[in-house]
Amino acid sequence: MSAAQHAGPTGRSGEPVLSVRGLHVGFARREGVRDVVHDVSFDLHPGECLAVVGESGSGKSVTARTLVGLTGDGALVRAERLHFDGADVRGLSARDWRRTRGRRIGFVLQDALVSLDPLRPVGAEVEEALRLHGWRERRARRAKVLELLTAVGVPSARARARQRPDELSGGLRQRALIASAIALDPEVVVADEPTTALDVTVQAQVLDLLAEQKRRGVAIVLISHDLSVVARLADRVLVMSGGRVVESGPTREVLTAPRHEYTRALIAAVPGEHTRGERLSPAPAAVLPRPRAERPGGTVLEASGLVKRYATAEGSHTAVSGVSFSLRAGRTLGIVGESGSGKSTTARLALALTAPDEGVVNLLGRPWSQVPEAQRRERRKEVSVVQQDPLSSFDPRWTVERVLLDALPPRRSRTAGERRARLRELLAQVGLDEDVLARFPLTLSGGQRQRVSIARALAPEPSVVVLDEAVSALDVSVQAQVLDLLADLQRALGLSYLFISHDLGVVYHVSDDVLVMKDGEVVERGSAEDVFERPQHPYTRELVSALPRLAGQRAEEEAR
Amino acid sequence: MTTLLLEPAPEARAVRTRRPRPWGVWLAGLAALGFGVAAAAPGLLDTTDPLALHLDRALQAPGPGHWFGTDEAGRDLFSRVVHGARPSLAIGVGASLVSLSLAVVLGTLAALGGRVVAPVVDRVVEVLFSFPSLLLALLLVALLGPSAATAAVAVGVGTAPGYARMVRAQVLSARGSAYVEAAVALGHSPGRILRRHVLPNALRPLVAVMALSIGQSIVWASSLSFLGLGVAPPSSEWGALLEAGRPYVAHAWWLTVVPGLVVVVLALATTTLGKHLQAVLERSAS
Repeated sequence: MSAAQHAGPTGRSGEPVLSVRGLHVGFARREGVRDVVHDVSFDLHPGECLAVVGESGSGKSVTARTLVGLTGDGALVRAERLHFDGADVRGLSARDWRRTRGRRIGFVLQDALVSLDPLRPVGAEVEEALRLHGWRERRARRAKVLELLTAVGVPSARARARQRPDELSGGLRQRALIASAIALDPEVVVADEPTTALDVTVQAQVLDLLAEQKRRGVAIVLISHDLSVVARLADRVLVMSGGRVVESGPTREVLTAPRHEYTRALIAAVPGEHTRGERLSPAPAAVLPRPRAERPGGTVLEASGLVKRYATAEGSHTAVSGVSFSLRAGRTLGIVGESGSGKSTTARLALALTAPDEGVVNLLGRPWSQVPEAQRRERRKEVSVVQQDPLSSFDPRWTVERVLLDALPPRRSRTAGERRARLRELLAQVGLDEDVLARFPLTLSGGQRQRVSIARALAPEPSVVVLDEAVSALDVSVQAQVLDLLADLQRALGLSYLFISHDLGVVYHVSDDVLVMKDGEVVERGSAEDVFERPQHPYTRELVSALPRLAGQRAEEEAR
Repeated sequence: MTTLLLEPAPEARAVRTRRPRPWGVWLAGLAALGFGVAAAAPGLLDTTDPLALHLDRALQAPGPGHWFGTDEAGRDLFSRVVHGARPSLAIGVGASLVSLSLAVVLGTLAALGGRVVAPVVDRVVEVLFSFPSLLLALLLVALLGPSAATAAVAVGVGTAPGYARMVRAQVLSARGSAYVEAAVALGHSPGRILRRHVLPNALRPLVAVMALSIGQSIVWASSLSFLGLGVAPPSSEWGALLEAGRPYVAHAWWLTVVPGLVVVVLALATTTLGKHLQAVLERSAS
């Protein structure tokens, strides 16, 4: 009951399998119903992929959940038409939805580690979907599970089926989740950020898997914030902002010739080869005060032959092996790699938060890793860090003011008035209003939090800033603003950046020089252009080719 | 039109959660207030002398003149219970203080003591854990003689290992946090980081635990008194009252049931308030 039953791969001619007109979703509040989705309409045909694109709070996930009847208690769903396979599903009860979901509409969630039962082997999880929908015979279920896991590209499926989610890698977990979503040959698969937590090479495999489903006639609703993922899979795109559809059309058209201002800004905000040296956000460059001290020239941070091992149950694991680099004043060195490549350990070694087992780090020409911490403490103001998750990097009991005051070097500003003036200056540098001082970081938006984190890093007037996945948790437009801010600060203050990220586009955008890491080793190094345009190492080539690009960039490349 | 790119403020995204305050918390608060008044100013609740003997009114059942009845010497039980609040609460609070102070010291040392101190402290805590608390109490009573202070110390030492474990875990999690790493990267000294970040964050949950532990300590201390190892008669500490009523269980049930119920109500009240406090703190922390 698969491809034959569905319309063919082109399938545009027939009836739409999903048809939505004038969809509104609201949530009951004390002051009345507040709509978070306004007037969304679309048709989805078999074998077609529709992408819903937007940033946090755009209403894309609520829309996705409405399509599978999981909007939640207190939600008010109104629509002129909400047809699934020709039948009205507006009045469906929770019980009816349970019968439809899984069997006819599959749902793939973002984080497979959270969505899968941690105590249950993944095989049993997939089997459950079959059992609930009438596969009574155990032997047949087992065989089908293995067939499904194999079909989604899980190697040695029989062994994997017996493992629990935490024993599998992120990519395998996501595949298991997709396997349970497609177990009953649904006509529609709704995938909410299916590749967001994944490394780029794994992401490419999962997207291929979804493309394969599409070829078999399954209609896919893809929810994503990532335009390059959308470019790779979707036939048509809905761009959502503030709960409304601001633009829709064929993927290529929307991405190459966006009509709406929001779409244009969103596309312009995606960093990559085309954006080097340009601003990503429409906001003008900040006017920044001049630095107080002269910056040192030459090489500011230098590492040679770094090795770091960790003891594990099976002996020792080498996290970093023979890594050397040098960061020149006022420049940006990007370190790119997938999870487990040792890039974060390298950052910690550069900050001397952990001691190398072999090799040395020198800061401003003086030994850094090989001196006792007590001697290093005085010099720590020379190198700052911006961590990945700003919220957890602030003491939860502290206001922004206390966080920033704590970071001021004691000698520079002695009186309360001087400290106050310095805080104002720091806030101005990162583009925040003074009223954030009294607030707790918890009440700030993600972008504001990362700005506070940057302000804290600037407070000791460092020459080097280590940015460890500093923009990874941000929406693309906020990421654009923060990347622009970092570029402005670098120019104005003569800062040198060690920029660590898994995101090739971001690294290409910001870096002068790049290191590519894999399994603790540097596999390729050079100027950003050499590494990304003329990759030598097979792994770099794989990374660069796995990197989904926007249709516009692709078109230009084809034309070249 | 660049405003379109601004992030939605978290206020707009946040789901409003306003739970009605459960009536149990109000009731517990009222009970705790009553106990507090009884301990601070017993004269406000009861004007009779708890030790006044009226042999003609011995062993009267609860009734109009004597709400809680009278004991074998004709002493008013209500008056005795009210006046017993102070020693009982003193033991409860004292034991909690002993227990938590010990736990903070042991837990912090176990977490941060390094390669020499930490394993030693760990073993000490484990030995304390495996030692039956009652046996430990007996030992202390044998050494120090039965008194309210001994009871508080005995209960405190007996319950400390569990809290020490908790403190250890909290200190370890605070020390491994990103904000401590940030403080290290700023070049702050270990002492400053311990004072400003690790201890305050590790000890925050103890506020609620303290409230929980008072009720438990009183139950513990009452059992010590009941065994004759705590406060001796004629004190009207509730455990001592229970013990004094024991010979009359068959004739005068109220002598044991009433003090027992009072202990139960106090334990319930402090536990309810402690849990509520914990929930409030967790909500404000996350």
